[in-house]
Amino acid sequence: MSGGWADWLSYRPSDFLMFAPRIYWRLFESLNLAFWPLQTGIVLAGASWLVWVWRDGFVPSRAAARAALAALAFGWALTAWAFLWQRLAPIHWLAGYVAPLGLLQAAGLLAWALHGGVQVHGQRTRLALGLGLIAWALFAHPLLAGLAGRPWAQAEFSGLAADPTAIATLGLLLLLRGPSGPLHALWLLPMGWCLLSAATLWTMGSMQGGVLFAAVLLAGAGARRG
Amino acid sequence: MPRPPASPRAPDPRRRQLLGQAAAGLALPWLGDKAGAQVAAPLMRLIPSSGEALPVVGLGSWITFNVGGDAAAREACVAVVRAFFAAGGRMIDSSPMYGSSQPTIGFALARLGPPAALFSAEKVWVGDAARGPAQMEASRAYWGVARFDLMQVHNLLSWQEHLPRLFDMKAAGRLRYVGITTSEGRRHAEMERVMRSQPIDFVQLSYNLLDREAEQRLLPLAQERGIAVIVNRPFREGALLQQMSRHRLPGWAAEIDCNVWAQAALKFVVSHPAVTCAIPGTSQVAHRQQNMAAARGPLPDASLRSRMAREVAAL
Repeated sequence: MSGGWADWLSYRPSDFLMFAPRIYWRLFESLNLAFWPLQTGIVLAGASWLVWVWRDGFVPSRAAARAALAALAFGWALTAWAFLWQRLAPIHWLAGYVAPLGLLQAAGLLAWALHGGVQVHGQRTRLALGLGLIAWALFAHPLLAGLAGRPWAQAEFSGLAADPTAIATLGLLLLLRGPSGPLHALWLLPMGWCLLSAATLWTMGSMQGGVLFAAVLLAGAGARRG
Repeated sequence: MPRPPASPRAPDPRRRQLLGQAAAGLALPWLGDKAGAQVAAPLMRLIPSSGEALPVVGLGSWITFNVGGDAAAREACVAVVRAFFAAGGRMIDSSPMYGSSQPTIGFALARLGPPAALFSAEKVWVGDAARGPAQMEASRAYWGVARFDLMQVHNLLSWQEHLPRLFDMKAAGRLRYVGITTSEGRRHAEMERVMRSQPIDFVQLSYNLLDREAEQRLLPLAQERGIAVIVNRPFREGALLQQMSRHRLPGWAAEIDCNVWAQAALKFVVSHPAVTCAIPGTSQVAHRQQNMAAARGPLPDASLRSRMAREVAAL
């Protein structure tokens, strides 16, 4: 068998980065152009949902929770197909394997939404962290492109781009209770994607990786409460 | 496998270089660039196993040609390939590992009409050797060529299984050359074992002003065994140039007609007598033209090479 552990240990993260950063960021430009003006609908729907939750005293009702699950299910399906499969997979071989997982995630979220057995956490810190992550994914994450000096057309929106979709999912999962097995399974992809993307962005020299890493830390800290 | 006899294919390197220049003089006296102006043909080196002449600067496609469905980026790659051939280039190197680089190359070649001068260098990169033929066929379909000139075992992955099949393909006329690759100084000992025991035509390895390990054993062995050498990472994927660009170009650069660090870095690489071709990658036409300019004009001699390496290491 050619190579050995010494060879594997000699590899750096940059050795696995197979595309130029400008090509990566332009994927979002292509994505936004293809789906405009869906982005406006996503932001408005997200804002409406947060107003709904605010009116309920910042504790989502079961109806609001099921609506969010269904919306994120649609978001993951679109992200898996339009971003991971159609755009990222041609330049990043790993995305071709993640895309089917995104569809599974969508199916799992939709099944939970339809099942009706949704319960909301009462723990205030979890609620605050969960709603905070959702708000970040919807309103702040799309601003990162412009703040980083990239064209605004490269903004990443929840339900289309994988990073904010994963962050929003972590936020929603923090808000909810459910059967432990299926619920734990729904954490795997968003957590795993956030870590993978954080590593990729860090290797690309982008500070944006820190956002994803922070999301993982916050979600993990919140999940430990109650 | 029986040890092949010492190769009779290793002529005096000085003669090889003179032959290369003579061949260039006969075959490609002047090239027309886009504006119709005539430019001198690039310096050529001969492939030891056949005597075929190759320009000393080729085109790599790692990262730079992995542009997916980005139409604008793909057109930029077409422009790079057009400039490459206009400047007398021949070798384009790729691999299934390089994402969408292969379809991008195929797109460019189809757009330009497959240039007669093309020397296609590809790789087989799969652990299960039984899947090698299908992978190579998929690569060929991406390129849109009838056959590859050179097929290399990428990073020596399962070379024991792949090489016999590649030799069979060569014997059947489905390939012209067989090679192996490594990069970043990995697996040099294993590469040496393969070079000593297998009748390969090419090796591909990393070599540049800072990464000079190959000078110790592999480059001399390639000369001894009559194996052509392709050099990847002549710029350490740009990191070398970023580092050197903070410093003024030394006076010796003018002696070898270099006005940018990239040319100096490339001339250092291709001036080694064992090197057949370096394959820098770029996504910009201007950089491609600068790279090809390194294949013209004087090359540093051994004394200047030592000085270049010493001074760059000290920067």
